[in-house]
Amino acid sequence: MSQSLRIGFFLALRQVRRASKWTTGLIIFVMTLTFLNLTVISGILVGLIEGSVEANKTYYTSDVIISTLPKKDYIEQSPKILSIISALPETEAYSARYIQGGTIEANYKTATKAEDVESAGGSFVGIDPIKEKETTGMDRFVVEGSFLTPTDYDQILLGANFLRKYLPIESPGFTTLSNVEIGDKIRIKIGNITREMTVKGFIKSKVDELSFRIFFVDSQLRGLIGRDDYNVDEVSIKLKQGADPMIVRDALKRSGVGEYAKVQTFEDAQPKFLKDIKATFALLGNMISSIGLAVASITIFIVIFINAITRRKFIGILKGIGITGTAIEVSYIFQSFFYAITGSVIGFIVLYGLLQPFIAAHPINFPFSDGILVAPLGETMIRAALLVFTTIIAGYIPARMIVRRNTLDSILGRN
Amino acid sequence: MSLITVKNLVKSFKNGDKETQVLKNINFSCEEGEFIAIMGRSGAGKSTFLYQLSLLDEPTDGEIIIFDKDTHSMSADEKTRFRLNELGYVFQDYALLPDLTAVENVAIPLMMQGKSKSAAYVEAKESLERVGLGHRLGNLPSQMSGGEQQRVSVARAIAHKPKILFADEPTANLDNESSRTVMELFKEIYKQGQTIIMVTHEEEYAKMAKRIVRLDDGKIITDIKD
Repeated sequence: MSQSLRIGFFLALRQVRRASKWTTGLIIFVMTLTFLNLTVISGILVGLIEGSVEANKTYYTSDVIISTLPKKDYIEQSPKILSIISALPETEAYSARYIQGGTIEANYKTATKAEDVESAGGSFVGIDPIKEKETTGMDRFVVEGSFLTPTDYDQILLGANFLRKYLPIESPGFTTLSNVEIGDKIRIKIGNITREMTVKGFIKSKVDELSFRIFFVDSQLRGLIGRDDYNVDEVSIKLKQGADPMIVRDALKRSGVGEYAKVQTFEDAQPKFLKDIKATFALLGNMISSIGLAVASITIFIVIFINAITRRKFIGILKGIGITGTAIEVSYIFQSFFYAITGSVIGFIVLYGLLQPFIAAHPINFPFSDGILVAPLGETMIRAALLVFTTIIAGYIPARMIVRRNTLDSILGRN
Repeated sequence: MSLITVKNLVKSFKNGDKETQVLKNINFSCEEGEFIAIMGRSGAGKSTFLYQLSLLDEPTDGEIIIFDKDTHSMSADEKTRFRLNELGYVFQDYALLPDLTAVENVAIPLMMQGKSKSAAYVEAKESLERVGLGHRLGNLPSQMSGGEQQRVSVARAIAHKPKILFADEPTANLDNESSRTVMELFKEIYKQGQTIIMVTHEEEYAKMAKRIVRLDDGKIITDIKD
């Protein structure tokens, strides 16, 4: 067997080296495309959701999010909890938010009848603009006007999804406001309180928690809802580079925060449907990739079959002068291996050297997320191994078919 | 001592229901050191006879005993190994591998025998020098003339010092000068003790052999020793 391996390698090396460069290039190109098909399709499908998850984490939840317990209106003992958070060595920044439901009204000055007043329901969120900037950097999503400052009073930042010009849909139970511009007055209603505010800016993001909320400076909302105990509704904690959110979550729970609030990592806080969609897309990606793999196998089968059939005479001669069939088959296995490995290596370079960094820098603009390319090295290696294995089989079968034919018939070109 | 003994050799080909007998009860033997030319008109069965003797084909009936071994009982692998170690071949159309240089073409059976690459290359080089192609070691077949290619083929056939060298119309595709060169080569290696069985249709070259076997209609009609 070792003799056959040696001779097989010797023959394969020379065949590849002296084959037409165009043919070899074309086969390798097909293998590279197959490799990319295997990794990029599923990577983009998963990345489409991952982009959404990543954005949700970066611009809303941060690494750890603390929220109200079920059946509670706010996080009790918030000042104490915030001091624990700020004392944690892993904490880089945090943002505490007050949240209260209410409605906003536009064109109430011009409407002649009460039913003509445009109104929309939403969540009012009180934030510390500086801390919010440090934690989530949400100010980058201000599309018109400007972000809040700590001294702003009676000024709001309006989520773009409340505006018809940014979300031009009307559905039962969901209304948007038309003709609201920066500097316009709108009316807010929180319980029995009605107040007129100035629109300072519009905020638009693919993270719903930004586009579907109305932001105030925390001190004003706290006053409006009478939260004199400083108890907040939500705290996002951004951790220092390298810190493990799970360790911080557990540390917070151990320090008693869990008694007053729900403590979750960004992953815990992901809705189940998002995880399900991620798994579904991964499955879909695998299914599409399998088709690519089958196409590559057939391509290699045809290439090797044509190669072997056109070289049938030489295969016969090799057998005639005493080279074993196994050695000849091994030579085709090595050739297939060469095509698959070279294609995969080029695919690796294109994937990790070009596509992934490029898409990370320029995410794909999907309607609900900025899609990235997810290609974990371990999974990519498995896919490459799968491609190599399939290619070897696809190369071996036709070679064996030809090698098994009668030696003399092959030499003489008889059928 | 008989290197090859053939008894009642029959070879037929089937085409649908029709069976054509190409070799009809041939009896033949070959002694060590003989140079035999097999002659006959087209379709006489000379090449078919050579293929049976050289274990490239399986007879329909009869016995072929080579070096006291009944070839009928040998497996395909055994025959391959036997061809590798004991027999040498020169084909009409040179039968060189186009991807391999002259030295590689000659070295590959030697490597298959288990020799290291360097040892095989040394022997291949010696063999090519013997046929006057020491200066063409690195040339691909496409870079050589027909005569040179056939000499590479001879070098490959003799490099491993086979007990019998089979040649199937080795000069058929060559011009006169190249044919003569190849035949001189055959004569020289025969003088050095090589057993040669050659199929040819050219009287001039058949006369170089020491025994001429003529076939017609699948039978040996004459067997004349010089």
